[in-house]
Amino acid sequence: MMEDFEPVIIAFCCHYCAYTAADMAGSQRRCYPANVRIIRVPCSGKVDVIHILKAFENGADGVYVAGCLEGDCHFKNGNIRAARRVAYARKLMESVGIEGERLEMVNLSAGMGDRFAEIAGRITEKIRKMGPNPIRNTIRPVA
Amino acid sequence: MITAERKPLEEIIEYIRPFQKILLIGCNECVTVCSAGGRKEVGVLSSLLQMSFLKQGKNLQIREHTLERQCDPEYVEELVSMVDGVDAILSMACGCGVQEICRRFKNKPVFPAVNTKFMGASERQGVWAERCQGCGNCLLGVTGGICPIARCSKQLMNGPCGGSTSGKCEISPDVDCAWQLIWDRLKALGMEDRYEEIIPAKDWRPGRAAGPRKIIREDLAE
Ligand code: SF4
Ligand code: SF4
Repeated sequence: MMEDFEPVIIAFCCHYCAYTAADMAGSQRRCYPANVRIIRVPCSGKVDVIHILKAFENGADGVYVAGCLEGDCHFKNGNIRAARRVAYARKLMESVGIEGERLEMVNLSAGMGDRFAEIAGRITEKIRKMGPNPIRNTIRPVA
Repeated sequence: MITAERKPLEEIIEYIRPFQKILLIGCNECVTVCSAGGRKEVGVLSSLLQMSFLKQGKNLQIREHTLERQCDPEYVEELVSMVDGVDAILSMACGCGVQEICRRFKNKPVFPAVNTKFMGASERQGVWAERCQGCGNCLLGVTGGICPIARCSKQLMNGPCGGSTSGKCEISPDVDCAWQLIWDRLKALGMEDRYEEIIPAKDWRPGRAAGPRKIIREDLAE
């Protein structure tokens, strides 16, 4: 059963760095797991705790927020704020019995196609080992 | 503003455990500003409760709604059509809001989801501090605009006490001595004379000491 488990992973990627890095990975023909579903956001600082929780509530097995390298945020400190929110959201998840490790903050620059693919692979493997989101089986169907 | 903090999740969960359909209501005023019970916090709490119960195999139905103000009957009336179909109401407003909901909906169990803390101001992003205790007879005019009741740990009318050290209160190096603040400000304003005036023992009756308070404006009251 576990062997068949294909995790669903949501990646919130900022437009200026992480999303461009994903694009770069594509142009470099770097493979990364199809498990990762990318949501482009104007800045990682736009990602709110509620977006992260809703992803898990609707059955995501893992979530990561990908922003620019520290000091390089297009909007000055959006990625720093995002990191603080991710830390807070992790605590909230723990409080309802969902492992905080299912959520991560990562930083990369627009040119790091390789790193994008490597992160996508690493997080997919990690979540695969952890198994499905504990509420996946009881979840109501998404309309 | 009136400040509040979300209650521990376990406590909220225990309140609503016996019920299936919940109306979760936020308030757009003070608790929104102090990030305790506005629309956003309603969304986050709803999601957390949902996940917590799903994990135990229970599918909770939560309806979210945020009122302009929960402490005014006009706005509470908006809930009438929503209340019928639910088993219980969970309110993220301050204690005043929660009680308004109880008063209006006599047949529904109503539970608080936040702990109401104090009347305060934002010190900086994400930090709120106590500023007023509603004593009913404001002294700020004689204390240089700094409240000795809300901000002096001993509520001294004529401070400081002997515990004031380098501008800090003896209870903690993180707490400013209110009387140091009062003195500094009176001095800066050239109003040191004020400090020499002894403030007489305070009459606490206009405060909570004479029982629950009420304001009646004859020209407005119906
Ligand atoms: S003196 Fe009384 S009314 Fe004035 S700020 Fe202090 S507690 Fe509030
Ligand atoms: S140190 Fe200052 S604030 Fe603290 S109790 Fe004494 S007078 Fe009040």
